[in-house]
Amino acid sequence: MPTTEHLSKQFDVDLESLRSRMLQMGGLIESQILAAIDGLYSGNLHALEQVIENDRRVNGFEVSIDNDCSHIIARRQPAASDLRLIMGVSKAVTDLERVGDEAKKIAVVSRQIHESGRLQVPRLGDIRRAGGIVVSMLRKALDAFARLDAVAAAEVIRDDAAIDEAFRGIMRQLITFMMEDPRTISTALEIVWVARALERMGDHSKNMAEQVIYIVKGTDVRHTTFEDIERKASQ
Amino acid sequence: MVGTPAPEIASVTTAASGPVATAKSETKALSFFYGGFQALKSISMPIYEKKVTALIGPSGCGKSTYLRCFNRMHDLYPGNRYEGQIMLYPDNTNILNPVVDPIEVRMRISMVFQKPNPFPKSIYENVAYGLRVRGERKRALLDEKVEDALRGAALWDEVKNRLNDLAFNLSGGQQQRLCIARALATDPEILLFDEPTSALDPIATASIEQLITELKEKITILIVTHNMQQAARVSDYTAYMYLGELIEFDATDTIFIKPKIKQTEDYITGRFG
Repeated sequence: MPTTEHLSKQFDVDLESLRSRMLQMGGLIESQILAAIDGLYSGNLHALEQVIENDRRVNGFEVSIDNDCSHIIARRQPAASDLRLIMGVSKAVTDLERVGDEAKKIAVVSRQIHESGRLQVPRLGDIRRAGGIVVSMLRKALDAFARLDAVAAAEVIRDDAAIDEAFRGIMRQLITFMMEDPRTISTALEIVWVARALERMGDHSKNMAEQVIYIVKGTDVRHTTFEDIERKASQ
Repeated sequence: MVGTPAPEIASVTTAASGPVATAKSETKALSFFYGGFQALKSISMPIYEKKVTALIGPSGCGKSTYLRCFNRMHDLYPGNRYEGQIMLYPDNTNILNPVVDPIEVRMRISMVFQKPNPFPKSIYENVAYGLRVRGERKRALLDEKVEDALRGAALWDEVKNRLNDLAFNLSGGQQQRLCIARALATDPEILLFDEPTSALDPIATASIEQLITELKEKITILIVTHNMQQAARVSDYTAYMYLGELIEFDATDTIFIKPKIKQTEDYITGRFG
Protein backbone atom coordinates (compact mmCIF):
# COMPACT_ATOMS: atom_id res chain seq x y z
CA MET A 1 0.00 0.00 0.00
CA PRO A 2 1.33 3.44 -0.81
CA THR A 3 2.24 5.42 2.26
CA THR A 4 3.00 8.73 0.58
CA GLU A 5 0.40 11.48 0.47
CA HIS A 6 -1.58 12.57 -2.55
CA LEU A 7 -0.61 15.76 -4.37
CA SER A 8 -4.12 16.88 -3.49
CA LYS A 9 -4.25 17.25 0.29
CA GLN A 10 -8.04 17.48 0.13
CA PHE A 11 -8.13 13.98 -1.38
CA ASP A 12 -6.16 12.69 1.63
CA VAL A 13 -8.57 14.47 3.97
CA ASP A 14 -11.59 12.98 2.15
CA LEU A 15 -10.21 9.42 2.32
CA GLU A 16 -9.18 9.77 5.95
CA SER A 17 -12.58 11.12 6.89
CA LEU A 18 -14.25 8.19 5.09
CA ARG A 19 -12.17 5.69 7.01
CA SER A 20 -12.58 7.31 10.38
CA ARG A 21 -16.35 7.58 9.95
CA MET A 22 -16.49 3.90 9.11
CA LEU A 23 -14.57 3.10 12.29
CA GLN A 24 -16.89 5.38 14.26
CA MET A 25 -19.85 3.45 12.85
CA GLY A 26 -18.10 0.21 13.83
CA GLY A 27 -17.66 1.47 17.40
CA LEU A 28 -21.35 2.31 17.65
CA ILE A 29 -22.31 -1.17 16.39
CA GLU A 30 -19.97 -2.87 18.83
CA SER A 31 -21.73 -1.10 21.70
CA GLN A 32 -25.11 -2.03 20.19
CA ILE A 33 -24.23 -5.76 20.25
CA LEU A 34 -23.00 -5.61 23.85
CA ALA A 35 -26.06 -3.66 24.98
CA ALA A 36 -28.46 -6.05 23.21
CA ILE A 37 -26.88 -9.13 24.83
CA ASP A 38 -26.80 -7.44 28.25
CA GLY A 39 -30.48 -6.63 27.77
CA LEU A 40 -31.26 -10.28 27.03
CA TYR A 41 -29.83 -11.22 30.43
CA SER A 42 -30.90 -8.26 32.52
CA GLY A 43 -34.31 -7.66 31.01
CA ASN A 44 -33.61 -3.91 31.12
CA LEU A 45 -36.33 -2.81 28.72
CA HIS A 46 -35.11 0.76 28.63
CA ALA A 47 -31.64 -0.37 27.46
CA LEU A 48 -33.24 -2.62 24.82
CA GLU A 49 -35.39 0.26 23.56
CA GLN A 50 -32.25 2.34 23.31
CA VAL A 51 -30.59 -0.32 21.09
CA ILE A 52 -33.64 -0.35 18.81
CA GLU A 53 -33.66 3.45 18.69
CA ASN A 54 -29.90 3.67 17.97
CA ASP A 55 -30.29 1.55 14.85
CA ARG A 56 -31.47 4.72 13.11
CA ARG A 57 -28.04 6.24 13.75
CA VAL A 58 -26.41 3.12 12.28
CA ASN A 59 -28.58 3.44 9.16
CA GLY A 60 -27.71 7.12 8.95
CA PHE A 61 -24.01 6.28 9.01
CA GLU A 62 -24.46 3.79 6.16
CA VAL A 63 -26.30 6.26 3.92
CA SER A 64 -23.88 9.07 4.60
CA ILE A 65 -20.71 6.98 4.09
CA ASP A 66 -22.07 5.53 0.84
CA ASN A 67 -22.88 9.06 -0.24
CA ASP A 68 -19.29 10.11 0.51
CA CYS A 69 -18.00 7.16 -1.56
CA SER A 70 -20.11 8.28 -4.55
CA HIS A 71 -18.82 11.84 -4.18
CA ILE A 72 -15.18 10.74 -4.10
CA ILE A 73 -15.67 8.52 -7.17
CA ALA A 74 -17.39 11.32 -9.07
CA ARG A 75 -14.91 14.02 -8.15
CA ARG A 76 -11.60 12.16 -7.92
CA GLN A 77 -11.89 9.15 -10.23
CA PRO A 78 -9.80 7.07 -7.82
CA ALA A 79 -7.56 4.31 -9.18
CA ALA A 80 -5.54 1.37 -7.87
CA SER A 81 -5.34 1.27 -4.03
CA ASP A 82 -7.60 4.34 -3.68
CA LEU A 83 -10.24 2.69 -5.84
CA ARG A 84 -9.96 -0.54 -3.87
CA LEU A 85 -10.31 1.40 -0.61
CA ILE A 86 -13.52 3.11 -1.79
CA MET A 87 -14.98 -0.15 -3.10
CA GLY A 88 -13.95 -1.97 0.09
CA VAL A 89 -15.41 0.70 2.40
CA SER A 90 -18.66 0.77 0.44
CA LYS A 91 -19.08 -3.00 0.73
CA ALA A 92 -17.89 -3.22 4.33
CA VAL A 93 -20.36 -0.49 5.36
CA THR A 94 -23.21 -2.64 4.00
CA ASP A 95 -21.98 -5.54 6.15
CA LEU A 96 -21.62 -3.26 9.17
CA GLU A 97 -25.16 -2.01 8.76
CA ARG A 98 -26.41 -5.60 8.65
CA VAL A 99 -24.50 -6.36 11.85
CA GLY A 100 -26.40 -3.39 13.28
CA ASP A 101 -29.70 -4.90 12.07
CA GLU A 102 -28.84 -8.19 13.77
CA ALA A 103 -28.11 -6.35 17.05
CA LYS A 104 -31.48 -4.66 16.76
CA LYS A 105 -33.08 -8.05 16.10
CA ILE A 106 -31.55 -9.42 19.33
CA ALA A 107 -32.93 -6.39 21.20
CA VAL A 108 -36.43 -6.90 19.75
CA VAL A 109 -36.46 -10.63 20.58
CA SER A 110 -35.12 -9.94 24.10
CA ARG A 111 -37.84 -7.36 24.66
CA GLN A 112 -40.50 -9.90 23.58
CA ILE A 113 -39.09 -12.57 25.88
CA HIS A 114 -38.99 -10.26 28.90
CA GLU A 115 -42.31 -8.55 28.22
CA SER A 116 -43.97 -11.96 28.19
CA GLY A 117 -42.09 -12.78 31.42
CA ARG A 118 -40.97 -16.24 30.32
CA LEU A 119 -37.18 -16.47 30.37
CA GLN A 120 -37.17 -20.13 31.37
CA VAL A 121 -34.30 -21.51 29.31
CA PRO A 122 -31.29 -22.37 31.49
CA ARG A 123 -27.62 -22.10 30.49
CA LEU A 124 -27.88 -18.95 28.42
CA GLY A 125 -24.20 -18.51 29.18
CA ASP A 126 -23.39 -19.91 25.76
CA ILE A 127 -25.13 -16.94 24.13
CA ARG A 128 -22.92 -14.53 26.06
CA ARG A 129 -19.84 -16.52 25.10
CA ALA A 130 -20.87 -16.48 21.40
CA GLY A 131 -21.52 -12.75 21.74
CA GLY A 132 -17.99 -12.34 23.08
CA ILE A 133 -16.54 -14.14 20.04
CA VAL A 134 -18.59 -11.98 17.66
CA VAL A 135 -17.58 -8.71 19.31
CA SER A 136 -13.95 -9.78 19.23
CA MET A 137 -14.23 -10.68 15.52
CA LEU A 138 -15.85 -7.37 14.69
CA ARG A 139 -13.24 -5.45 16.69
CA LYS A 140 -10.41 -7.31 14.95
CA ALA A 141 -11.97 -6.70 11.54
CA LEU A 142 -12.24 -2.98 12.31
CA ASP A 143 -8.66 -2.89 13.60
CA ALA A 144 -7.48 -4.64 10.44
CA PHE A 145 -9.38 -1.99 8.48
CA ALA A 146 -7.81 0.84 10.45
CA ARG A 147 -4.29 -0.52 10.05
CA LEU A 148 -4.88 -2.08 6.59
CA ASP A 149 -3.44 -5.30 7.96
CA ALA A 150 -4.18 -8.30 5.70
CA VAL A 151 -2.71 -10.87 8.12
CA ALA A 152 -4.96 -9.69 10.97
CA ALA A 153 -7.90 -9.82 8.55
CA ALA A 154 -7.11 -13.45 7.73
CA GLU A 155 -7.30 -14.25 11.47
CA VAL A 156 -10.85 -12.86 11.59
CA ILE A 157 -11.81 -15.21 8.78
CA ARG A 158 -10.38 -18.12 10.76
CA ASP A 159 -12.39 -17.08 13.84
CA ASP A 160 -15.62 -17.46 11.89
CA ALA A 161 -15.34 -21.24 12.35
CA ALA A 162 -15.52 -20.70 16.15
CA ILE A 163 -18.78 -18.77 15.98
CA ASP A 164 -20.26 -21.34 13.59
CA GLU A 165 -19.33 -24.07 16.09
CA ALA A 166 -20.82 -22.07 18.98
CA PHE A 167 -24.06 -21.67 16.98
CA ARG A 168 -24.29 -25.40 16.39
CA GLY A 169 -23.67 -26.04 20.12
CA ILE A 170 -26.44 -23.63 21.14
CA MET A 171 -28.84 -25.25 18.68
CA ARG A 172 -28.09 -28.73 20.07
CA GLN A 173 -28.76 -27.50 23.62
CA LEU A 174 -31.98 -25.73 22.68
CA ILE A 175 -33.30 -28.83 20.93
CA THR A 176 -32.51 -30.87 24.03
CA PHE A 177 -34.37 -28.38 26.29
CA MET A 178 -37.38 -28.37 23.99
CA MET A 179 -37.53 -32.16 23.97
CA GLU A 180 -37.12 -32.41 27.74
CA ASP A 181 -39.56 -29.67 28.67
CA PRO A 182 -42.11 -28.49 26.09
CA ARG A 183 -42.80 -25.36 28.21
CA THR A 184 -39.47 -23.98 27.04
CA ILE A 185 -40.38 -24.26 23.34
CA SER A 186 -41.63 -20.72 22.69
CA THR A 187 -38.69 -19.08 24.49
CA ALA A 188 -36.19 -21.52 22.96
CA LEU A 189 -37.47 -20.67 19.48
CA GLU A 190 -36.82 -17.01 20.22
CA ILE A 191 -33.34 -17.79 21.51
CA VAL A 192 -32.73 -19.56 18.17
CA TRP A 193 -33.23 -16.15 16.54
CA VAL A 194 -30.65 -14.62 18.87
CA ALA A 195 -28.12 -17.37 18.14
CA ARG A 196 -28.82 -17.07 14.43
CA ALA A 197 -28.26 -13.29 14.62
CA LEU A 198 -24.88 -13.83 16.29
CA GLU A 199 -23.88 -16.37 13.65
CA ARG A 200 -24.82 -13.89 10.90
CA MET A 201 -22.76 -11.17 12.61
CA GLY A 202 -19.77 -13.50 12.39
CA ASP A 203 -20.38 -13.93 8.66
CA HIS A 204 -20.57 -10.17 8.15
CA SER A 205 -17.35 -9.61 10.12
CA LYS A 206 -15.69 -12.22 7.92
CA ASN A 207 -16.95 -10.41 4.80
CA MET A 208 -15.43 -7.17 6.11
CA ALA A 209 -12.12 -8.90 6.71
CA GLU A 210 -12.18 -10.17 3.11
CA GLN A 211 -12.56 -6.57 1.96
CA VAL A 212 -9.44 -5.61 3.94
CA ILE A 213 -7.46 -8.27 2.05
CA TYR A 214 -8.86 -6.96 -1.24
CA ILE A 215 -7.88 -3.39 -0.38
CA VAL A 216 -4.36 -4.31 0.73
CA LYS A 217 -3.48 -7.09 -1.70
CA GLY A 218 -5.81 -6.38 -4.63
CA THR A 219 -6.94 -10.01 -4.51
CA ASP A 220 -10.59 -10.95 -4.22
CA VAL A 221 -10.65 -13.79 -1.67
CA ARG A 222 -14.41 -14.20 -1.46
CA HIS A 223 -15.59 -17.77 -2.05
CA THR A 224 -12.09 -19.24 -1.72
CA THR A 225 -10.69 -21.69 0.83
CA PHE A 226 -9.23 -20.50 4.10
CA GLU A 227 -5.80 -21.89 3.11
CA ASP A 228 -5.92 -19.75 -0.05
CA ILE A 229 -6.91 -16.69 1.95
CA GLU A 230 -4.10 -17.14 4.46
CA ARG A 231 -1.54 -17.62 1.70
CA LYS A 232 -2.70 -14.55 -0.24
CA ALA A 233 -2.87 -12.40 2.91
CA SER A 234 0.71 -13.16 3.86
CA GLN A 235 2.21 -12.83 0.35
CA MET B 1 11.30 -13.04 -44.14
CA VAL B 2 7.58 -12.62 -44.78
CA GLY B 3 5.45 -14.80 -42.53
CA THR B 4 7.78 -15.02 -39.52
CA PRO B 5 5.44 -15.56 -36.59
CA ALA B 6 5.23 -12.83 -34.00
CA PRO B 7 6.69 -13.80 -30.64
CA GLU B 8 4.44 -14.44 -27.69
CA ILE B 9 5.07 -12.26 -24.69
CA ALA B 10 3.91 -14.26 -21.75
CA SER B 11 4.71 -12.07 -18.76
CA VAL B 12 1.80 -9.71 -19.32
CA THR B 13 -1.62 -10.24 -17.80
CA THR B 14 -4.18 -10.94 -20.51
CA ALA B 15 -6.41 -7.94 -21.14
CA ALA B 16 -9.98 -8.43 -19.96
CA SER B 17 -11.21 -8.30 -23.53
CA GLY B 18 -10.58 -11.51 -25.37
CA PRO B 19 -7.84 -14.09 -25.78
CA VAL B 20 -4.07 -13.56 -25.65
CA ALA B 21 -3.12 -11.11 -28.39
CA THR B 22 -0.28 -11.50 -30.86
CA ALA B 23 2.31 -8.79 -31.22
CA LYS B 24 2.04 -6.46 -34.21
CA SER B 25 5.27 -4.80 -33.22
CA GLU B 26 7.93 -5.31 -30.63
CA THR B 27 10.38 -2.77 -29.28
CA LYS B 28 13.71 -4.27 -28.31
CA ALA B 29 16.14 -2.36 -26.09
CA LEU B 30 15.30 0.96 -27.74
CA SER B 31 17.36 3.95 -26.68
CA PHE B 32 17.04 7.34 -28.30
CA PHE B 33 19.35 10.35 -28.13
CA TYR B 34 18.64 14.00 -28.96
CA GLY B 35 22.29 14.80 -29.64
CA GLY B 36 23.98 14.17 -26.28
CA PHE B 37 20.74 13.81 -24.30
CA GLN B 38 19.38 10.30 -23.85
CA ALA B 39 15.57 10.57 -23.98
CA LEU B 40 14.74 6.83 -24.05
CA LYS B 41 16.58 4.22 -22.01
CA SER B 42 16.44 0.68 -23.33
CA ILE B 43 12.68 0.37 -23.81
CA SER B 44 11.40 -3.15 -24.52
CA MET B 45 7.70 -3.87 -24.94
CA PRO B 46 5.22 -5.37 -27.38
CA ILE B 47 2.43 -3.59 -29.25
CA TYR B 48 -0.41 -6.06 -29.63
CA GLU B 49 -2.31 -6.42 -32.87
CA LYS B 50 -5.76 -4.81 -33.08
CA LYS B 51 -5.48 -3.57 -29.52
CA VAL B 52 -5.12 -0.06 -28.11
CA THR B 53 -1.93 0.52 -26.16
CA ALA B 54 -1.73 3.72 -24.09
CA LEU B 55 1.52 5.42 -23.10
CA ILE B 56 1.19 7.41 -19.88
CA GLY B 57 3.62 9.29 -17.69
CA PRO B 58 4.49 12.81 -16.55
CA SER B 59 5.68 15.49 -18.98
CA GLY B 60 9.18 14.82 -20.25
CA CYS B 61 9.04 11.07 -19.56
CA GLY B 62 9.68 10.25 -23.21
CA LYS B 63 6.28 8.96 -24.27
CA SER B 64 5.94 11.29 -27.28
CA THR B 65 9.58 10.67 -28.18
CA TYR B 66 8.86 6.94 -28.18
CA LEU B 67 5.70 7.40 -30.26
CA ARG B 68 7.60 9.41 -32.84
CA CYS B 69 10.19 6.65 -33.24
CA PHE B 70 7.43 4.55 -34.79
CA ASN B 71 7.17 6.65 -37.90
CA ARG B 72 10.77 7.83 -37.97
CA MET B 73 9.85 11.45 -37.31
CA HIS B 74 13.15 12.01 -35.52
CA ASP B 75 14.95 11.44 -38.83
CA LEU B 76 13.91 14.96 -39.79
CA TYR B 77 16.45 16.51 -37.41
CA PRO B 78 20.24 16.05 -37.51
CA GLY B 79 22.04 14.66 -34.45
CA ASN B 80 19.23 12.36 -33.37
CA ARG B 81 20.26 8.75 -32.87
CA TYR B 82 18.47 5.44 -32.28
CA GLU B 83 19.83 2.29 -30.65
CA GLY B 84 17.91 -0.97 -30.53
CA GLN B 85 15.05 -2.11 -32.72
CA ILE B 86 11.36 -1.63 -33.39
CA MET B 87 10.26 -4.78 -35.17
CA LEU B 88 7.16 -4.74 -37.32
CA TYR B 89 5.37 -8.05 -37.86
CA PRO B 90 4.51 -10.21 -39.70
CA ASP B 91 7.35 -9.30 -42.09
CA ASN B 92 9.88 -8.91 -39.28
CA THR B 93 11.14 -5.52 -40.43
CA ASN B 94 13.19 -3.34 -38.11
CA ILE B 95 11.64 0.02 -38.95
CA LEU B 96 14.62 1.87 -37.47
CA ASN B 97 17.00 0.23 -39.91
CA PRO B 98 18.45 3.08 -42.03
CA VAL B 99 17.92 1.09 -45.22
CA VAL B 100 14.17 0.99 -44.57
CA ASP B 101 12.51 3.91 -46.39
CA PRO B 102 10.84 6.24 -43.82
CA ILE B 103 8.16 7.16 -46.39
CA GLU B 104 7.22 3.51 -46.63
CA VAL B 105 7.18 3.28 -42.81
CA ARG B 106 4.84 6.28 -42.64
CA MET B 107 2.48 4.64 -45.13
CA ARG B 108 2.25 1.63 -42.83
CA ILE B 109 2.29 3.57 -39.55
CA SER B 110 0.25 6.79 -39.62
CA MET B 111 0.10 9.51 -37.02
CA VAL B 112 -2.54 11.88 -35.64
CA PHE B 113 -1.28 14.87 -33.70
CA GLN B 114 -2.35 16.84 -30.65
CA LYS B 115 -3.86 19.74 -32.54
CA PRO B 116 -5.87 19.09 -35.68
CA ASN B 117 -3.55 20.02 -38.58
CA PRO B 118 -5.47 19.73 -41.84
CA PHE B 119 -3.71 20.96 -44.98
CA PRO B 120 -4.97 24.25 -46.45
CA LYS B 121 -6.90 22.29 -49.02
CA SER B 122 -10.38 20.89 -49.52
CA ILE B 123 -11.76 18.11 -47.33
CA TYR B 124 -11.42 15.73 -50.27
CA GLU B 125 -7.84 16.68 -51.08
CA ASN B 126 -6.78 16.33 -47.45
CA VAL B 127 -7.85 12.70 -47.42
CA ALA B 128 -6.56 11.96 -50.94
CA TYR B 129 -3.16 13.53 -50.23
CA GLY B 130 -1.34 10.40 -49.03
CA LEU B 131 -2.67 8.39 -51.93
CA ARG B 132 -1.57 11.03 -54.45
CA VAL B 133 1.91 11.06 -52.86
CA ARG B 134 1.93 7.32 -53.37
CA GLY B 135 1.25 8.00 -57.08
CA GLU B 136 -2.42 7.14 -57.26
CA ARG B 137 -4.10 9.01 -60.13
CA LYS B 138 -7.32 7.09 -60.86
CA ARG B 139 -10.23 9.31 -59.87
CA ALA B 140 -12.66 6.45 -59.27
CA LEU B 141 -10.25 4.72 -56.90
CA LEU B 142 -9.44 7.96 -55.10
CA ASP B 143 -13.18 8.65 -54.66
CA GLU B 144 -13.68 5.20 -53.18
CA LYS B 145 -10.71 5.46 -50.83
CA VAL B 146 -11.68 8.96 -49.66
CA GLU B 147 -15.23 7.80 -48.90
CA ASP B 148 -13.97 4.70 -47.07
CA ALA B 149 -11.53 6.75 -44.99
CA LEU B 150 -14.15 9.39 -44.13
CA ARG B 151 -16.63 6.66 -43.17
CA GLY B 152 -13.91 4.98 -41.10
CA ALA B 153 -13.35 8.26 -39.27
CA ALA B 154 -17.13 8.68 -38.70
CA LEU B 155 -17.13 11.92 -40.70
CA TRP B 156 -18.69 10.93 -44.03
CA ASP B 157 -22.29 11.77 -43.19
CA GLU B 158 -21.30 15.23 -41.98
CA VAL B 159 -19.19 16.20 -45.01
CA LYS B 160 -20.41 14.14 -47.97
CA ASN B 161 -22.22 17.13 -49.49
CA ARG B 162 -19.32 19.54 -49.10
CA LEU B 163 -16.21 17.60 -49.96
CA ASN B 164 -14.79 20.56 -51.85
CA ASP B 165 -15.11 22.97 -48.91
CA LEU B 166 -11.93 24.13 -47.25
CA ALA B 167 -10.98 21.82 -44.37
CA PHE B 168 -10.52 24.82 -42.06
CA ASN B 169 -14.28 25.42 -42.18
CA LEU B 170 -14.85 22.28 -40.10
CA SER B 171 -15.13 22.38 -36.29
CA GLY B 172 -12.16 21.31 -34.13
CA GLY B 173 -13.56 17.81 -33.55
CA GLN B 174 -14.39 17.41 -37.22
CA GLN B 175 -10.90 18.59 -38.23
CA GLN B 176 -9.38 15.97 -35.93
CA ARG B 177 -11.58 13.27 -37.46
CA LEU B 178 -10.49 14.55 -40.89
CA CYS B 179 -6.87 14.08 -39.82
CA ILE B 180 -7.76 10.53 -38.73
CA ALA B 181 -9.40 9.95 -42.14
CA ARG B 182 -6.26 11.29 -43.82
CA ALA B 183 -4.19 8.85 -41.76
CA LEU B 184 -6.54 5.96 -42.59
CA ALA B 185 -6.56 6.59 -46.33
CA THR B 186 -3.26 4.80 -46.91
CA ASP B 187 -4.54 1.67 -45.10
CA PRO B 188 -1.95 1.82 -42.32
CA GLU B 189 -1.29 -1.16 -40.05
CA ILE B 190 -0.64 0.96 -36.96
CA LEU B 191 -2.18 4.31 -36.06
CA LEU B 192 -0.30 6.59 -33.66
CA PHE B 193 -2.18 9.18 -31.63
CA ASP B 194 -0.25 11.92 -29.85
CA GLU B 195 -2.69 13.37 -27.30
CA PRO B 196 -5.44 13.47 -29.93
CA THR B 197 -8.11 15.08 -27.76
CA SER B 198 -6.20 17.57 -25.62
CA ALA B 199 -7.39 20.46 -27.82
CA LEU B 200 -11.01 19.26 -28.00
CA ASP B 201 -14.13 19.77 -25.89
CA PRO B 202 -15.68 16.82 -23.97
CA ILE B 203 -18.23 16.00 -26.70
CA ALA B 204 -15.62 15.95 -29.48
CA THR B 205 -13.33 13.98 -27.15
CA ALA B 206 -16.05 11.37 -26.58
CA SER B 207 -16.57 10.99 -30.33
CA ILE B 208 -12.83 10.49 -30.94
CA GLU B 209 -12.68 7.94 -28.11
CA GLN B 210 -15.64 6.08 -29.60
CA LEU B 211 -13.88 6.16 -32.96
CA ILE B 212 -10.70 4.69 -31.46
CA THR B 213 -12.75 1.83 -30.00
CA GLU B 214 -14.28 1.15 -33.44
CA LEU B 215 -10.96 1.47 -35.30
CA LYS B 216 -9.20 -1.17 -33.23
CA GLU B 217 -11.28 -3.86 -34.88
CA LYS B 218 -9.17 -3.31 -37.98
CA ILE B 219 -6.02 -1.58 -36.87
CA THR B 220 -3.41 -1.52 -34.11
CA ILE B 221 -3.41 1.70 -32.10
CA LEU B 222 -0.77 3.37 -29.93
CA ILE B 223 -1.90 6.47 -28.04
CA VAL B 224 -0.06 8.98 -25.89
CA THR B 225 -2.32 10.72 -23.41
CA HIS B 226 -1.97 12.96 -20.41
CA ASN B 227 -5.48 12.09 -19.39
CA MET B 228 -5.27 8.92 -17.28
CA GLN B 229 -9.01 8.42 -17.35
CA GLN B 230 -8.82 8.47 -21.14
CA ALA B 231 -6.12 5.78 -21.05
CA ALA B 232 -8.35 3.75 -18.71
CA ARG B 233 -11.37 4.22 -21.00
CA VAL B 234 -9.92 3.44 -24.40
CA SER B 235 -6.88 1.20 -24.00
CA ASP B 236 -6.39 -2.55 -23.62
CA TYR B 237 -2.78 -2.24 -22.51
CA THR B 238 -0.99 0.57 -20.72
CA ALA B 239 2.68 1.45 -20.43
CA TYR B 240 3.84 3.79 -17.68
CA MET B 241 7.05 5.68 -18.48
CA TYR B 242 9.21 7.88 -16.29
CA LEU B 243 12.44 9.73 -17.14
CA GLY B 244 12.88 7.81 -20.40
CA GLU B 245 12.39 4.40 -18.84
CA LEU B 246 9.52 1.98 -19.17
CA ILE B 247 8.46 1.38 -15.56
CA GLU B 248 5.54 -0.98 -16.10
CA PHE B 249 3.62 -2.46 -19.01
CA ASP B 250 0.52 -4.53 -18.47
CA ALA B 251 -3.17 -4.96 -19.25
CA THR B 252 -4.97 -1.67 -18.54
CA ASP B 253 -7.25 -3.33 -15.96
CA THR B 254 -4.19 -4.48 -14.04
CA ILE B 255 -2.45 -1.10 -14.22
CA PHE B 256 -5.51 0.78 -12.96
CA ILE B 257 -6.66 -1.67 -10.28
CA LYS B 258 -3.56 -3.47 -9.07
CA PRO B 259 -0.29 -2.24 -10.56
CA LYS B 260 2.77 -4.28 -9.62
CA ILE B 261 5.23 -1.41 -9.26
CA LYS B 262 4.91 1.21 -6.52
CA GLN B 263 6.02 4.01 -8.84
CA THR B 264 3.11 3.22 -11.17
CA GLU B 265 0.72 3.09 -8.22
CA ASP B 266 1.92 6.49 -7.01
CA TYR B 267 1.44 8.06 -10.44
CA ILE B 268 -1.96 6.48 -11.08
CA THR B 269 -3.28 7.56 -7.68
CA GLY B 270 -1.94 11.10 -7.89
CA ARG B 271 0.82 10.64 -5.32
CA PHE B 272 3.57 11.52 -7.75
CA GLY B 273 5.49 14.49 -6.48
